[in-house]
Amino acid sequence: MERDVNQALAREFGLNAEEYQRVLDIMGRTPSFTELGVFSVMWSEHCSYKSSRVWLKQLPTKAPWVIHGPGENAGVVAIGDGLAAIFKMESHNHPSFIEPYQGAATGVGGILRDVFTMGARPIANLNALRFGSPSNPRTRHVVDGVVRGIGGYGNCVGVPTVGGEINFHPAYNGNPLVNAMTVGIAAVDKIFLSAAAGIGNPVIYVGSKTGRDGIHGATMASAEFDANSEEKRPTVQVGDPFTEKLLIEACLELMATDAIVAIQDMGAAGLTSSSVEMAGKGGVGIELDLDHVPARETGMTAYEFMLSESQERMLMVLRPDRQDMARAIFEKWDLDFSVIGTITDTGRIVVKHQGAIKADIPLGPLNDQAPLYTRPTVETPKRELLNAARIEDRLGLTAALKKLIACPDLCSRAWVWDQYDSTVGGQTVKRPGAADAAVVKLEGLKRGLALTTDCTPRYCLADPEEGGKQAVAEAWRNLTAVGARPLAITDNMNFGNPEKPEIMGQFAAAIRGMTAACEALDFPVVSGNVSLYNETEGKGILPTPAIGGLGVLEDASKAVGIGLTPWLDVVLVGQTKGWLGQSLWLREINGSEEGAPPPVDLTVERTNGDFVRARILSGEVRACHDVSDGGVLVALAEMTMVNGVGARVYSHPREIPGHAFWFGEDQGRYLVAVPDSASFIRAAEAAGVPAMRIATSGGGDLTLPDGGTISIESLRTANAAFFPEWMDSNRS
Amino acid sequence: MKPGIVVFPGINRERDMAIALEQSFGEKPRMIWHKETDLSGIDLVVIPGGFSFGDYLRCGAMAARSPVMASIHAHAARGGYILGVCNGFQILTEAGLLPGALLRNASLRFLSMDCLLRVERADTVFTRQYEKGQTFRAVMAHGDGNYFADDGTLDRLEGEGLVAFRYADGNRNGSARDIAGVFSENRRILGLMPHPEDLVDPLMGSADGKPLFDALAAA
Amino acid sequence: MKATVTVMLKNGVLDPQGKAIAHALGTLGFDGVNDVRAGKVIELDLAESDAEKARAQAEEMARRLLANGVIESFRVDVGG
Repeated sequence: MERDVNQALAREFGLNAEEYQRVLDIMGRTPSFTELGVFSVMWSEHCSYKSSRVWLKQLPTKAPWVIHGPGENAGVVAIGDGLAAIFKMESHNHPSFIEPYQGAATGVGGILRDVFTMGARPIANLNALRFGSPSNPRTRHVVDGVVRGIGGYGNCVGVPTVGGEINFHPAYNGNPLVNAMTVGIAAVDKIFLSAAAGIGNPVIYVGSKTGRDGIHGATMASAEFDANSEEKRPTVQVGDPFTEKLLIEACLELMATDAIVAIQDMGAAGLTSSSVEMAGKGGVGIELDLDHVPARETGMTAYEFMLSESQERMLMVLRPDRQDMARAIFEKWDLDFSVIGTITDTGRIVVKHQGAIKADIPLGPLNDQAPLYTRPTVETPKRELLNAARIEDRLGLTAALKKLIACPDLCSRAWVWDQYDSTVGGQTVKRPGAADAAVVKLEGLKRGLALTTDCTPRYCLADPEEGGKQAVAEAWRNLTAVGARPLAITDNMNFGNPEKPEIMGQFAAAIRGMTAACEALDFPVVSGNVSLYNETEGKGILPTPAIGGLGVLEDASKAVGIGLTPWLDVVLVGQTKGWLGQSLWLREINGSEEGAPPPVDLTVERTNGDFVRARILSGEVRACHDVSDGGVLVALAEMTMVNGVGARVYSHPREIPGHAFWFGEDQGRYLVAVPDSASFIRAAEAAGVPAMRIATSGGGDLTLPDGGTISIESLRTANAAFFPEWMDSNRS
Repeated sequence: MKPGIVVFPGINRERDMAIALEQSFGEKPRMIWHKETDLSGIDLVVIPGGFSFGDYLRCGAMAARSPVMASIHAHAARGGYILGVCNGFQILTEAGLLPGALLRNASLRFLSMDCLLRVERADTVFTRQYEKGQTFRAVMAHGDGNYFADDGTLDRLEGEGLVAFRYADGNRNGSARDIAGVFSENRRILGLMPHPEDLVDPLMGSADGKPLFDALAAA
Repeated sequence: MKATVTVMLKNGVLDPQGKAIAHALGTLGFDGVNDVRAGKVIELDLAESDAEKARAQAEEMARRLLANGVIESFRVDVGG
């Protein structure tokens, strides 16, 4: 099993010559096979963030309500009532391409563990998904597996899946993105961290047994795919949501006591990363005896134990006098509980197996001397500004609207949501599709959380800085549109090969844009994840900095949805110039992906959003929808379809071409439905916020200013058709 | 009436059920771990939804054979009240306390959405606060809700008035004769697939499920 | 002694999984598939060394847990 350690093997393990030399320097000798395995996973892109760390450090991470920012298992923010929200988004992109069901399922399982390991009961899941072109034959298989996997895992553990987003683009054909987000709730004074402490304290392994699954998953997530990737299938992990559910209940039961000193889930790189990180953060040493690790298979080597990515496992440091009580809790839940090591004062990780020392590595250098690269960057060239007046409208409003709301990026996602349990827990106030952000009430309280995921990858490709800014701003806007006060974000940075300067340039620019938006909107980053090398045969994905946003409502019953009710005025808030560059209208109707994306004016964004939120909380607003993909008319159509209540649309200002006004994607805008638009518009003017009435609700049709009329029923039919026809149709 | 909620490992709607019961009964229900066997003082045994034992093998199969079930059989034999929702319904059929079985949804997909249930009879302890023929909203959230029984059993259920609820707005899971819930012969055991306990507060979209719990609390 | 319990849906019980498999096979170009039924195979490694006793044990397990008599039938094979 064990092979000779040399530079060739190091390269196979993903370490370059320089990195291997550093290993030799640290060790002062040739490392053992197991030691090389530990270095290779800890120094993989996935665990070390070696290409991204220099940039990530620029992101704003602080605010008075932030309790723990990046660096812990998940971010923690105070939400009032003595409670904290703990949340994070994480990618499971590569595994989801190889085996979509298990890849997505274990992605959900992994992010749940990141959250409950800190003491939180998970209350909501979301997921940001990007798939290849629907016409690519593999895409359907991937979509089917990913959706089933998310549902299969989330439904079984009993955490509602309340939101997320889906985009399609050929750039994701070989690299779909599965970014899963979990939000949990804990008391602010009962948050558990991973830093080990207490020399002599026992190190405990709990959860499922260890098998050979997923060995070198962390290094797989750090290398490009090639045509042989299909053969990597055996390394895919298999999820067991039932065991995860037991693990959640057992951990929360133990967390109600004072037994736990430190706790960390075994995620990527399994026992290696959890033990190294716990001891490293605590500035102590750790000794593990692998003979005590519960094994599912026979004959496993030290290397295999250390690198296995078997799911549903946790590592804990306990107070010695609480060990028996802790064991009783895990036995009650039929979970393995095994003392596999001790905390030492050596500052080293020592791994024993069958009486022999298989690894002995100083933790300081393993962590501190991890490679850190400031890779060369090249800026994305700016795209030309499109003049809307010069772009011909060949289709007219009615036909364009029908086509847009039926296209894969704008059509109803009900086929997907209907497979996710969105109500378990009994606290879901706004389910998927009902509002711009999901709203989940806190059990027994009036308070609720608003949750969203956002990113517009086509903007990010055209201008990564504006795109990064827009992703953060749109998350803020979506939280605002339900009436919530946006608090913080988690980011999932999905990019191509960082060794290419143009990709690293996208990354750096996206971070710049995100930083500007986070600062202007008081919306810090508290957790995140980076997924690089999303390339197949040299072709990269669209740069996709997916943002998961969290906001709070003091009173969840004040949240508004997007559904229109009769006899309301619909007011457009925010300035419209008719920005068609990178719009879906341009792509779907004109067949062009040209131009610069719409810029976000962050000062205006804040002014408009603060105004809208205040009006929602005053009770005046009956429905609110941000204007994003597809522009004003698509947003209005979406509002009519929820309750089947139509609207009569007024004429647009003459100075802007109709198609640009109705389908342009200018930022910082909302559609707001109110009983009395006159007083609303007066208040907007007083606040310096542009506002104009664009429609009045009622009836069963959408009547357009060009005289066209579409019944809401036919809109709904067109909107609902794509997914069921594509996914459930006969495959002949 | 004093309610108790039976919790098997993998059950995940016990909190939802506790909220609904507490709202109608005015006190928190007792939570009964599946290894307990003492049901004394419990008048209404509630088996909530979820994935007991992961729903591995068959939905509800392993829960139906766990230690607490002997006590539940005894409770049933004494004429005690039992409510099983979703996985609870599956467990009751697996245990032989209700007729039939729940198969995979005909679409082979999990179904999560609201549905309308028609009340088939309003003279039972569970349904007295509804009208016969009335429809109400409930939440569907299941992968195996396709009610099956042989034709003889179905004819008997209908003949004896043991069908509790039928799907009134489309049969999405393929259930025989649109059946969403059934009673035991003495009508003291009710099993149904959709979740009335998730719609007991207008803030969550509807309080249509509340009369079921109010009726039990008033009994 | 190894015992294998094969659990199948009874004839007359709709088997959507079997239908889906049949359809997929047709799509892949396998003609002449008249019907597909999907079931479960459960392998038991029993301490019992007498084949008939092992069979009796496995049948009892199938009756009490592994198969649901309302919808499923089973077959036990012993050997190895």
